[in-house]
Amino acid sequence: MLDIRALRKTFGAVEVLKGIDLKVARQELVFIIGPSGSGKSTLLRCMNRLEEPSDGSIFVDGVDLLSPKTDINLMRRKLGMVFQSFNLYPHKNALGNVTLALRKVLRKSAAEAEAIAMAALDRVGLKEKAGNFPSQLSGGQQQRVAIARAIALEPTVLLFDEPTSALDPELAGSVLAAMGDLKKAGMTMVVVSHEMRFARDFADRVVFMENGEVVQDGPPAVLFGPDAHPRVKAFLSELSH
Amino acid sequence: MDAILQQFFNLDIMAQAAPLVFRGLGMTLLVCCAVIPLGLVGGLLVALGSRSHSRLLRGLLAGLIDLLRALPPLVLLIAISAGLPFAGIRLSPFACVTLALFLNTSAYYGEVYRAGLESVPHGQWEAARCTGMTAWQTLVHVVIPQAVRNVLPDLVSNTVEVVKLTSLASVVALPEMLYSADMARSVTFNSSPIVLAALIYLALLWPVVRLMSRLEHRLGT
Repeated sequence: MLDIRALRKTFGAVEVLKGIDLKVARQELVFIIGPSGSGKSTLLRCMNRLEEPSDGSIFVDGVDLLSPKTDINLMRRKLGMVFQSFNLYPHKNALGNVTLALRKVLRKSAAEAEAIAMAALDRVGLKEKAGNFPSQLSGGQQQRVAIARAIALEPTVLLFDEPTSALDPELAGSVLAAMGDLKKAGMTMVVVSHEMRFARDFADRVVFMENGEVVQDGPPAVLFGPDAHPRVKAFLSELSH
Repeated sequence: MDAILQQFFNLDIMAQAAPLVFRGLGMTLLVCCAVIPLGLVGGLLVALGSRSHSRLLRGLLAGLIDLLRALPPLVLLIAISAGLPFAGIRLSPFACVTLALFLNTSAYYGEVYRAGLESVPHGQWEAARCTGMTAWQTLVHVVIPQAVRNVLPDLVSNTVEVVKLTSLASVVALPEMLYSADMARSVTFNSSPIVLAALIYLALLWPVVRLMSRLEHRLGT
């Protein structure tokens, strides 16, 4: 489904990604961890070309994402993204945030877009908050609206860029619960996060990155167990202090 | 005291002058109806152009904005109405005024919009583009509405300035409100028509200025 090969990204003289290979299968949840500056967010942002990769290739369902012939707007709606800072549209209420792309990109009628949006808000438990503006919602609720905005477009992959890093632990719980529900429903997901418990419970694979390289890629039992790479162990023990 | 009332607040003369002054008000409003929408659109185009990838376009616009902001609008108006005929271009007074004020105010509206566009966080662009919206759709549905909301008091303030600037048109004999009132003054040898015009300007703009203060207060700027 998602096939990344020899991906490189340089910012000026700094090489942030040094040849990443990563495959994500359908319905898989791949969890990316690593110290800050390891390139994990950059990798995620290359997956929908918010950052332009310097070299390498990315295939999404067999389509070459980096080809100039590829319609990036068409591909982006298949690659939903959830941001650390939510990035809801402050001038639109929750429903308006979800319907905008349905109306403008998928050209749905107002009634159809609203029905789809309400179903998406219902999936994240916020049907009752459809009329609220972002400023009237808690951080956890805002992030769930952002998830609804992404899933309403029926993406083939959902990308999460530290979705709970801006939230208090009690608010993060509702977001993680919504993400867990998506995983159970068969959504393909790539998650950059520090929520190790979530990774243990829901990830099919955990990828540890450091200095722009994949150090270890395997099931959670391996990376969180005794057979983890020494650098993974060092990172995890540092994190728990 | 009586002499002052006679000279400035003579109700009989005001009543005589009223039809002329109100016809002038009609012209003032007509100029506003032409200049304000043109300026709002022109300013937006200037602001968008100032963020273009083309360095040439950015440089040209920056130079043009500097020029128009440094040049007194009255000088611009006289240059257009007295200068263009030498180039073989003959415009009506209305067209001269509209053109001069459009150029002047586009530069100011442009700066206001530019501040507005810069106030919208980059994350808004990313979020919208990630749902498959084009750059243009993102601009129209996500960025511009927020930009306008963030600088609404400044847009209103600039619009008040435009209404006041229309009085410059009296210099090129366009019969707007000040010109008409001044005509009445010179016929009656009495300043009351000017006072009448002043009162109408006040009645027109004071509520707007009030609203603006409240807007600024509410937005906490």
